[in-house]
Amino acid sequence: MSIREENPRPRPHVTAYIVTVGAYALLLLPLLAVLFYSFMEPIVGAGATTWRLSLVWYDRLFHNDVIATTLVTSLQVASCATLVATFIGVAGAIALERGNFPGRRLLVTLTMVPLVMPELVMGLASLIWFSLQGLELGIPTLIMGHATFALAYVITIVRARLANFDGSLEEAAADLGATPWVVFRKITLPIIAPGVGAGAMMAFTLSFDDFLISFFTAGVDSDTLPMRLYSMIRFGLNREIYALSSMLILVTTLGIVVSYRLRRV
Amino acid sequence: MSKRSGILALPLMLWLVWFLVMPIGFVLIYSLLQRGSYGEIIWTLTLDNYRRALDPLYFQIFVKSLLLTCLTTILCLALGLPLAYTIATAAKRWRPLLISLLMLPFLTNFIVRVYAIRLILGGEGPINAVLVASGLVSNPVIMTDSLFAVAVGMLANYLPFMTLPIYVVQEKMDFSLLEAAADLGARRLAVLTRVILPISMPGIMSGTVLVFVPVLGEYMIPDLLGGAKTMLLGNLITEQFLKVRDWPFGAALAMLLILVMLASFALQRLIGGNGGRLVHP
Repeated sequence: MSIREENPRPRPHVTAYIVTVGAYALLLLPLLAVLFYSFMEPIVGAGATTWRLSLVWYDRLFHNDVIATTLVTSLQVASCATLVATFIGVAGAIALERGNFPGRRLLVTLTMVPLVMPELVMGLASLIWFSLQGLELGIPTLIMGHATFALAYVITIVRARLANFDGSLEEAAADLGATPWVVFRKITLPIIAPGVGAGAMMAFTLSFDDFLISFFTAGVDSDTLPMRLYSMIRFGLNREIYALSSMLILVTTLGIVVSYRLRRV
Repeated sequence: MSKRSGILALPLMLWLVWFLVMPIGFVLIYSLLQRGSYGEIIWTLTLDNYRRALDPLYFQIFVKSLLLTCLTTILCLALGLPLAYTIATAAKRWRPLLISLLMLPFLTNFIVRVYAIRLILGGEGPINAVLVASGLVSNPVIMTDSLFAVAVGMLANYLPFMTLPIYVVQEKMDFSLLEAAADLGARRLAVLTRVILPISMPGIMSGTVLVFVPVLGEYMIPDLLGGAKTMLLGNLITEQFLKVRDWPFGAALAMLLILVMLASFALQRLIGGNGGRLVHP
């Protein structure tokens, strides 16, 4: 990323600075508090509770088999949903961006629907539909539910990438006798590769983090990690939650740092 | 290329028809059906579910949710506008860091964020630690399980959704317009209302829709921060499906949510279309 010269921008009013500090505090302090409490162990004494530094919650977390099981479920669902969404999404994005066929506009609108529809509605609609077919809820229904919204993100990201290049390279290759498959392998795919990567990553993250659609489409034995986290919170104070939340915050922060470094290279 | 492209779109079309159009179509159909005494579906058409949704008992939940959603949207706008402007006017090398800090909670698992708010406001949290230590109160003030906590949770979780689209517009703004306005005698307030706000309008409109629609359908925040007494639309709908097992009534309530969503998009079209042209020549 090059730093271009830019005219100096005006300094905002002091109230804008105050609001900014307050907003960042509201956004970041809760996360810092979770990190802090994940390292604290309460000692119930005679008078008041005292706190001491401790790794006990992390220790318990790493020995918690249920967490491990739900983590595996989440990874399975996210991988499969990402795979489905990426394959169908990339083909669809190329068709929508480069093609001209009847129903194209309608299909464009349809792909936007999961982006704007409240998750709650997506979840309950899937539940109605799956139960109507007599499908047993479990990992397959989770994958189908997740792939549907992940698809919308893959298509949006890949289409944005394709829109930056007109189709002339592909047309030239085809005129020179390249088969459609060769055009795709040698021209289209290298152009959209960053978009495909970004779209797949987005799909994986969204699926891994999803709670509400899973809440409606998971079966008895297919709880995902966010669902497990939810029931831990819902049913009583369990300080392992702090440790688990801190781990999830850490993963996100690392992701941001890595992508920030990559963009500067 | 173009003819063959139709075939590439086929899997997408089949998937969306099967997993999106059909499910949502059946939400509409279910909203017109009846529930048997054991939660089973009776296939006779009726408008009873909608009549029941308009019954004051349920309608007041809808109105309360709508008011809370409006409040959240206004608060997000009140904080998001100055926040976006501060980031947009910050030195160029600081902007990526400021945006990353804004994205960090936005990318962190949603439940973790809501739980973190609960911790902050709770009896064991840092606010109460300060209050008790300073002797202002003798016992911790429990601020969770209230409508206040729900509002704080909504604001903290949806602020980035409002700020980012506004920032995207303001970042590309021609700041010499502000100088020009000031040179021509505009006061600070006039610069704000007649230059900055009109230019930011497309961002404000997309931010508003990005906040309004999901907040109205929110389940997790009222559930974890509102306590048992706070019933909002999202919880009412979820309960119909997962606890009460009255799917037709739940589907009718979900249709209300879809209607509000469609209305807000129509409104955005209507106002947003003028957004760029509000600046006086």
